[in-house]
Amino acid sequence: MIAYVLGRLLAAIPVLSAVAAFVFLLLSLVPGDPAVVIAGDLATPEQVEAIRRSLALDRPLVERFVTWLGHMLTGDFGNSLFSGIAVSELIVQRIEPTLVLALMTIVIAVTVAVPLGLVSAYHPTGIVARLTMAGAVLGFSLPVFVVAFGLVYVFALGLGWFPVQSYVPLSEGLAGTLHSLVLPAVAVSFLYIALIARVTRAAVLEVLREDYVRTAHAKGLAARLILTRHVLRNAAVPVITIIGIGFAALLGGVVVTETVFSIPGLGRLTADSILRRDYPVVQALILLFSTVYVAVNLAVDIAYVLVDPRIRY
Amino acid sequence: MNRLKQVIAALAAVGTIASAAPAAAESVLRVRPFGDLKQIDPVITSDYMVRNHGYMVYDTLFALDEVMQIKPQMLERWQVSPDGLVYTFVLRDKLAFHNGTPVTAADVVASLERWGKRDGLGQQLMALTKSLTANDDRTVTLALTQPWGLVLEALGKPSSNVPFIMPAGIAKTPADTAITDATGSGPFIMKREEWVPGSKVVYVRNPNYVPRGEPPSGLAGGKTAKVDRVEWRYIPDAQTALNALQAGEIDIFEEVPPDFLPMLKGNAKIRTAPQDTMGMQMVFRMNTLVPPFNNPKVRQAIRYMIDQEMFAQAYVMDPTLYKNCPSFYMCSSPYFTDAGWVKPDLAKAKKLIVESGYDGTPVVVLHATESGPTNTFSLVAEQLMRDIGLKVEPQAMDWGTLVGRRASKATVDKGGWSLFMSGPTGADMMDPAGHLGLRSNCDKAWFGWPCDEEIEKLRAEFSLATDLQKKKELAKAIQLRAVEVGPYWPAAQLYLVRAMRSNVEGAPKAAVPVYWNISLK
Repeated sequence: MIAYVLGRLLAAIPVLSAVAAFVFLLLSLVPGDPAVVIAGDLATPEQVEAIRRSLALDRPLVERFVTWLGHMLTGDFGNSLFSGIAVSELIVQRIEPTLVLALMTIVIAVTVAVPLGLVSAYHPTGIVARLTMAGAVLGFSLPVFVVAFGLVYVFALGLGWFPVQSYVPLSEGLAGTLHSLVLPAVAVSFLYIALIARVTRAAVLEVLREDYVRTAHAKGLAARLILTRHVLRNAAVPVITIIGIGFAALLGGVVVTETVFSIPGLGRLTADSILRRDYPVVQALILLFSTVYVAVNLAVDIAYVLVDPRIRY
Repeated sequence: MNRLKQVIAALAAVGTIASAAPAAAESVLRVRPFGDLKQIDPVITSDYMVRNHGYMVYDTLFALDEVMQIKPQMLERWQVSPDGLVYTFVLRDKLAFHNGTPVTAADVVASLERWGKRDGLGQQLMALTKSLTANDDRTVTLALTQPWGLVLEALGKPSSNVPFIMPAGIAKTPADTAITDATGSGPFIMKREEWVPGSKVVYVRNPNYVPRGEPPSGLAGGKTAKVDRVEWRYIPDAQTALNALQAGEIDIFEEVPPDFLPMLKGNAKIRTAPQDTMGMQMVFRMNTLVPPFNNPKVRQAIRYMIDQEMFAQAYVMDPTLYKNCPSFYMCSSPYFTDAGWVKPDLAKAKKLIVESGYDGTPVVVLHATESGPTNTFSLVAEQLMRDIGLKVEPQAMDWGTLVGRRASKATVDKGGWSLFMSGPTGADMMDPAGHLGLRSNCDKAWFGWPCDEEIEKLRAEFSLATDLQKKKELAKAIQLRAVEVGPYWPAAQLYLVRAMRSNVEGAPKAAVPVYWNISLK
C-alpha cells in the first residue's frame, strides 16, 4: 500500500510538470497583455512598453519559463503583476472561503443525497423515489445562479434569515462563517445532491440484485442492517468516486456561486486573474488545482481499500 | 419547525454579531465601488479605481472645486512672478504623512518629478521646467523656461494621472515600477493588511489629518473623514450589489446600471444621485492608420452617421442621465463650443461612403461585451455602419483582450482593428491640452494614432496661452480642425449614478467619487 502511494506521488511529478509547461505556453498564446492593463486606458504605447520591460515581459518565452520554473522549484510562486502581493499570500487569502464552502456543500449533498438514493433504490416505485428522480432532473437542469437568486429572494431579502452576500472569515467565529455560507452551499449542493442521489440509487439497485443480499434476506436479517452493512458498503465505490471528483471540482472554485454571493474564493481569483492576464497567479492556481485533483484521486483510491477489502494495490 | 426557526434565528444572530465584530464601536461606510482595486500606484496607471484610491490616501497641491475652479489644497499660499516664469508654493503647516513624518517640500518635488514622467500634462510641464526645487521644508519653487498657461490646471487636474503627493522615499521609485506602499497624507489610511484584491479594501480615518478651514467644495476645501472606516466591498455582480443595498449590507452602490434605477424608485430607504459632476464621454475611436478609417472621407461618413440621442437611448432612456453634446469638449467645460458640428444625416453618410471609394475592407470592431455602455454603444455602432454600407466584423471579447488587441497597428487581415468604443471620464475630455481623443501627435497619440500637424500646433498654442478668451478661441479652432480630420467622434455624454441608503449624508458633488465628509446618521 505504501509503495503504491509513493508510486502515485512520484507519478504526479511528470503530470504536474506537463501541466505547468502547458499552462505557461497557453497563457503566452492568449491575446492580451498585463502591461497594457496595468498602464490603463490613457497610457501611450511607450509607457506600456516601459512597464513591460520592468516586469520582464519583454524577455523571450523560454527565458521566462526557465526563470519561472526555477522560482517554482524553490517554492516561490512570484508576485501578482498588479497588486505586488505574493501569489502564495493571495491564494491563502482565498483558500479558506473555497474550502469551507466545498466542505459544507459536500456535507449537505451527502447527507441529503445518500439516504435519498438508498431509499429510492430500495423502494424504486415509491413516492420518495419518484420525487428524488424528479428532483434530480431539476437539480441537473436548473442553473446555479437561478437557484442562488431564488434562495436570496426568499431567505435573504424576504425572510431576512441570511445575508445576501459576503463571507465571514473563521477568525470571526464559526457560527458567522456557517451563517454566511448557508445559501451558497445550498445553491451549489442542488447539483451535487442530484448527482450523488442518482449514482447512489444506481449502485444500490445493482447490489440489491446480488445473491448475498438475497441470502441475507433469507437469513431473516433486518432490512436496515442489510442496507447499511451489506448493500451500502458494496455500493460505496462509485459513490465515493463521485463525491471525490465533486469535492475536487468544488475546490477548483465555483465562479458563478462565488460571484452571485460575492465570496472571495479561488474561483473568482482565477476568473479575475485570467481577465486581467495576471500570469503568475493563473499559473500558480492551475498548478494548485491540478495538485488537488491528483491528491483527491489518490485519496479516493485509498478510500476504496477501506470500504472494499477485496481491492488491493 | 419551531425548533428550526429557533436554530436559524440563533445562527443569524451570532452571524450578524460576528460579521459586525470589527465595526462594533466604529462608524463604517460600506461602499460597492464600480470596479476592483487591482493595484495602488496612481502614477503608473490611469485606472480610475486607482485614481479614486489615490483621493482616499493622498492629498494634492491644488484641487478642482464644485464650480470647476482650481483652488489651493495642501498650500497655505502660492504666487507667480509677474513674468509668469517662477511659481512659489508654500505648504500648509502641520501636514503629515500617515506614518507621522511631516510633509516637506522635498516630498513635493519628488512626487511631481515622478508624476511628470507619466502624465501627459505633467510631461508638458516638465518639458518647460527649468528647475523644481525645495527651498526649505515648506517652500517649493518652480521655474519655467517660458510662461505656460496650464500650471495650475496640471497641478490641480482632477483625473488620471493626478499629481498626488507621496513621501519622497516612495516617490523615488522609477515611474515604470509600481509602488506597493500606500502611505500618503490624505484623510484616510489604507489598511494594507486587510486588502483582499478582488474583494475588499479598507481605509480608516487619518486622525492626524488637518482639513482646510474652507467648507468642502468638489475636490477642494475641507476634507473631513466623518466615518471611522470606509470599506470598499467589490461585488462583481450588479444584481447582487442591488440586493445588498436593499438589505442594508452596503451603504453606497456606485455605477448603478440604468435598467436597475426604476427598481429603486419609490424605495424610501434608498436614494440616487449623480456619481460625479462631469459624467463621461462615449468615444467612437477609429484606427486612422489602416483601411477603411485611414480614408478621411470614411471618417466623415461616420461623423454624419452618429446620432448621439440614438446611441444614448439604447443605453438609458432617462433624459437626465445623458446629454446630446455637440462638441469634442464636455458640455460643462469652459471650452465647450458647437462650432462646425453637423446634424446626423444617414443619407449623407451613405453618400460619403460611396464617394470615398470604399472597397469593402471589413470594419473590425473590438467589442468588449462585459462593460455596460461600451457593449451597448458597440452594438448600435455596428448596426449603423452596416446601414450606411460598411462591411462590419464585430469581434466579441473581454476588456483585457481589447486593450491588448488595440495596441496592434497591423491591418485588419493581420490581426489589426478598425474601431473600439470607450468611455473616458469627463475630466479627461475638458480641454485641448489634456484631451484624450484630440491628441493627434501620430505615434504618441492614443490608440488609433491620429496624425495632424495643425491640431498639434493649435494645442501647443493653447498650452502656452494664459488668457482665457484666447484659450477659448484656440479651443474653437481646434474643434473646427478636428471636425475636418476626425481623430474620433463623441457618441454621447452619459451621467453615472450612485445609489445610497437614506442614512448616508454629505456625499460631495465632485468630479470623481470621493468619500470624505460623508456621515451616517
